[in-house]
Amino acid sequence: MRTWLCVVCGFIYDETAGDPEHGIAPGTRWDDVPANWSCPDCGVAKADFEMVAV
Amino acid sequence: MSTPVVILGSGLAGISVARELRKFDAAVAITLVTADDGTFYSKPMLSNALAAGKTPAQLAMTPAVTLAAQLKAEIRPHTRVTAIATDRRVVVTDAGEIGYDKLVIALGGEPIRLPLEGNGAADVLFVNSLADYAPFRERLNGCRRVAILGAGLIGCEFANDLVTTGFEVDVFDIAPQPLGRLLPAQTAEFFRRRLEQAGVRFHFGSSIVRVERQGESYALWEARGDRHDADLVLSAIGLKPRVALAQAAGLKVNRGIVADHRLTTSVADIYAVGDCAEVAGLNLPFVLPIMQQARALAKTLAGTATEVSYPAMPVVVKTPACATVVCPAPVGAQGQWNEDATADGSRALFEDAAGIPIGFALVGAASAEKQALVNGMPVWL
Repeated sequence: MRTWLCVVCGFIYDETAGDPEHGIAPGTRWDDVPANWSCPDCGVAKADFEMVAV
Repeated sequence: MSTPVVILGSGLAGISVARELRKFDAAVAITLVTADDGTFYSKPMLSNALAAGKTPAQLAMTPAVTLAAQLKAEIRPHTRVTAIATDRRVVVTDAGEIGYDKLVIALGGEPIRLPLEGNGAADVLFVNSLADYAPFRERLNGCRRVAILGAGLIGCEFANDLVTTGFEVDVFDIAPQPLGRLLPAQTAEFFRRRLEQAGVRFHFGSSIVRVERQGESYALWEARGDRHDADLVLSAIGLKPRVALAQAAGLKVNRGIVADHRLTTSVADIYAVGDCAEVAGLNLPFVLPIMQQARALAKTLAGTATEVSYPAMPVVVKTPACATVVCPAPVGAQGQWNEDATADGSRALFEDAAGIPIGFALVGAASAEKQALVNGMPVWL
């Protein structure tokens, strides 16, 4: 399980935790997060900005 | 010789334009001119870095050299633009002239300064960039009490961050409530209580007019004569668009640099984006509008004229003591707030004459409803 950092606002997507509030189950790998998912904090789309492994 | 695309400013706006443009055009030469050192960092992270355990060095995500390689762009750090000669299509800097075919102004905003009296006024800190943030953290060493001027989004975020990490925090604002531009009264009241429970001391209806040095600390005086003491004073009143350069160059300027739906200013081939720009009448100093602008402008610069569009764009206030998300109604829209406060949160809907929600403010537990509500919001532009 890995974590990804939103370079725009600092939100961290943790694969272990997922994002259940927005329909992403815990344990969802980054690659499996749908392309229309967006950063819950700043709203920037998954496809539109870079997330880096922390 | 001129460069096809010259970008002024290395904040989120300038760098996003370069990054987006690269998606459409791998070859076009881009020069990015910045008075800063050209490091890419996340500005929204500055106001919660203490609790996140991040040092200023850790906040610096991508140094200019790496960024230049990633973007395949020339970055000119520590270079201050002194004038734009629109007739010659040249940017004049303190390190020589740079010719441009297309010029993107992304110079951001600058902190609004209260007219303070007293021999401590010059020591008041402003944090509007990573370069400002490092000395702020330096100065925090040995401090116990921090006074924050302004209870808006940035003031409240800093207050939460500081109080969580052990500082005593007093926040002063002339308004009667926190987040005055974002929250209606009852919802703001819930927010205030949560932050007070976390330890923040608010002083509303209060304007600080004088700051005096008292040995190692400061005495702050309210207009009504009350005195407060602090070891450090941080001003977070707000930002105003940086327009002086554009104005001197003869570009049309209102609150921000006036730009149309295509981000074009009043002068052909000069564009404005981000906090310095007033796009289609709107100056929106938040992340999401900047990203929308950068995407549209990148397409235009790559040869496909594209108008910017804004969906409803909720603003998340990063105050862990009270989760808060606000989706303002479109500018100019008429309506009224309908607030529903419970023990663990408050949900406020801004409703039009027909009772249809066109904006919202959610605090506490109600913030979980953001996703469900945002889809029904009208587009802004």
